[in-house]
Amino acid sequence: MPTSKISRETILSAIRNNLPQRQLEHPRIPGFQRPAGPLKPVFEQRLQEAGAAAHDVGSVAEAEAKLVALHPGAKVICSAVPEIAGTRRVETVHDPHELADVDVGVVRAQFGVAEGGAVWLTQEDLVVDALAFLSQHLIVLLDPSEIVPDMHAAYRRVRLNETAYGCFMMGPSATADVEATLVHGAQGARSLNVFFLPLRSA
Amino acid sequence: MSNAKRVDPAAAAELFIIRDQVHEPMHDRFLWATMQRRDKEAAAIPEWEELREIASKIKEHTLTHLDHYLEEFEANATKRGAHVHWALDAAEHNDVVHSILQDHGVKELIKSKSMLQEECGMTPYLEHRGIKVIESDLGERIQQLDGQPPSHIVFPAIHKTRQDVAQVFARTIGTDPHNDDPHFLTEAMRNNARPRFLVAGAGMTGCNFAIAETGTFMVCTNEGNADIGASVPPLHIASIGIEKLIPRVEDMGVFLRLLSRSAVGTPLTQYSSHFTGPRKGGELHIVLVDNGRSRRLGMPDFWHSLKCIRCGACMNTCPVYRRSGGLAYGATYSGPIGVILDPTFDEFKYSELPFHSTLCGSCSEVCPVKIDISDQILKWRRVMAKKGYLPLAKRLSFAVAGHVFGHPEEYHVIEKAAEPALDYAPHFLVYNRSLNPWARDRELPQLTKQTFREWYLANRSKHANVQNQS
Repeated sequence: MPTSKISRETILSAIRNNLPQRQLEHPRIPGFQRPAGPLKPVFEQRLQEAGAAAHDVGSVAEAEAKLVALHPGAKVICSAVPEIAGTRRVETVHDPHELADVDVGVVRAQFGVAEGGAVWLTQEDLVVDALAFLSQHLIVLLDPSEIVPDMHAAYRRVRLNETAYGCFMMGPSATADVEATLVHGAQGARSLNVFFLPLRSA
Repeated sequence: MSNAKRVDPAAAAELFIIRDQVHEPMHDRFLWATMQRRDKEAAAIPEWEELREIASKIKEHTLTHLDHYLEEFEANATKRGAHVHWALDAAEHNDVVHSILQDHGVKELIKSKSMLQEECGMTPYLEHRGIKVIESDLGERIQQLDGQPPSHIVFPAIHKTRQDVAQVFARTIGTDPHNDDPHFLTEAMRNNARPRFLVAGAGMTGCNFAIAETGTFMVCTNEGNADIGASVPPLHIASIGIEKLIPRVEDMGVFLRLLSRSAVGTPLTQYSSHFTGPRKGGELHIVLVDNGRSRRLGMPDFWHSLKCIRCGACMNTCPVYRRSGGLAYGATYSGPIGVILDPTFDEFKYSELPFHSTLCGSCSEVCPVKIDISDQILKWRRVMAKKGYLPLAKRLSFAVAGHVFGHPEEYHVIEKAAEPALDYAPHFLVYNRSLNPWARDRELPQLTKQTFREWYLANRSKHANVQNQS
């Protein structure tokens, strides 16, 4: 038997021998009351507090104009969404290392969470996971009707058994490791902008 | 008993305090500010206390069914294509990781913060075998470049000033030693780390929660460094302590609402990432590590410490930790949680730690999973006393106290004698920073003119008279 298998049996039997006397029940997670009201303003406020920003864009053309206005010097725009062409399609990327030169990555999130101002992005949305992390800046499209109130609702929507990677992203990369001073752009994206753009019906 | 030298946190803490007028007050101030942000976030959630209670119960349920959930996790992760390994102890963990790296011909790896890998001493193990290990979390990297372990589980370099960091970077990556702007320093490390991400043959992460229902493990960071390590190199290895299990996806809602609020006072970390099997085109290995955890599960007084989600709130609120600095604990885990975890690894080496506490109880009050930390500290003191590990200074004073309390007449003499002694002791002696560093910012309360006994004797007769009249 390989060592790891022996260790597996040793660990599991040590656990069984040492289990506390009382087997405790799993508590029920109740539904918590939420204050009534629209979720979008709450989402926007939390997003700003996390160092990101949200923009209402009325059309794809407006979204493209906004992208250029936000990142005028961008040379490589890698897009994972059909609405915005960019300069490189993420579907053509075979190896994540090819994304090292990306200035702006463009993706669409499945939904947002008002409680933290986070967006949910999966491997299917990113096509190549590294797009969310090697891009210097990120643009995230979000349908404003796809916002859930809190993390309980958020976890009812995720399908972890259907994706190898999923991330609640609350803003750009941040650190406070030097004298507790908040700095954005530690290792991941330097900025994150959410564009409210409804998903076009097919 | 181990052969290890006993850690002396009080002596180490004194060095931190007397070092200068900058480091210790700064450390205290930053962590207290973090605590205040935590308090504000917690107060904004009406069900905060209920969430703590539920989180505690989910963890207790999981730990009392741990064998079942580990098997469920393993089966689901394997089904999704992950390779699951088991390691009894630190040595086996390091060996498993090393063989995976060897099999893939990896010479350089980039890792995110993992207290478990720290606990296992993984980095020196791999480096002795010719594998270059780069920390990608900024705070961890600062500590790695400075040849120090992390001093805090969330803010590894929080005991350093910006000038210290500028000096470390100037020495090691060639930045301007006079530029200590945190934005500049962060940017310098970003530019230094990025090429390392691109050449690394493997990315390593720890794990915040492992979900049995789906075989998912999740990692929370603010920098996104764990995600780069997991998404760029072809190989991802995650080290997971067996206590990280939770049963269901739904449970995550409770834990994520508590974790970052308790840790840094934000609703979530910037990135809460879920890994279920390898990414497209990648390979994923999971190492489930015991390293003393199954034994701890069998300790009736201490198994609740396995509920810990490593938020660091107990450290930020602790008056002793804030003034000592994490390095004073001489262990992987510092602060109140360290005081109750470290002795399970080596009772003799860490026998002083339970005495490095005021037992104020604040740690238990802020713990998001309601670990009875301060009660456990007291219980560890009893363990140490029973084993005869009582610190020398305390053994002596306890012996004197025992004699004096056994002879009341001597106590009254000493009590009255201490008063004029304090009157005449020069201020510089009582407050001398090197003799009593803890007193630096404190004044002793005024002594009353009357001892309690004098007051009692005077008043007892009055009181007795009243009683007699009724």
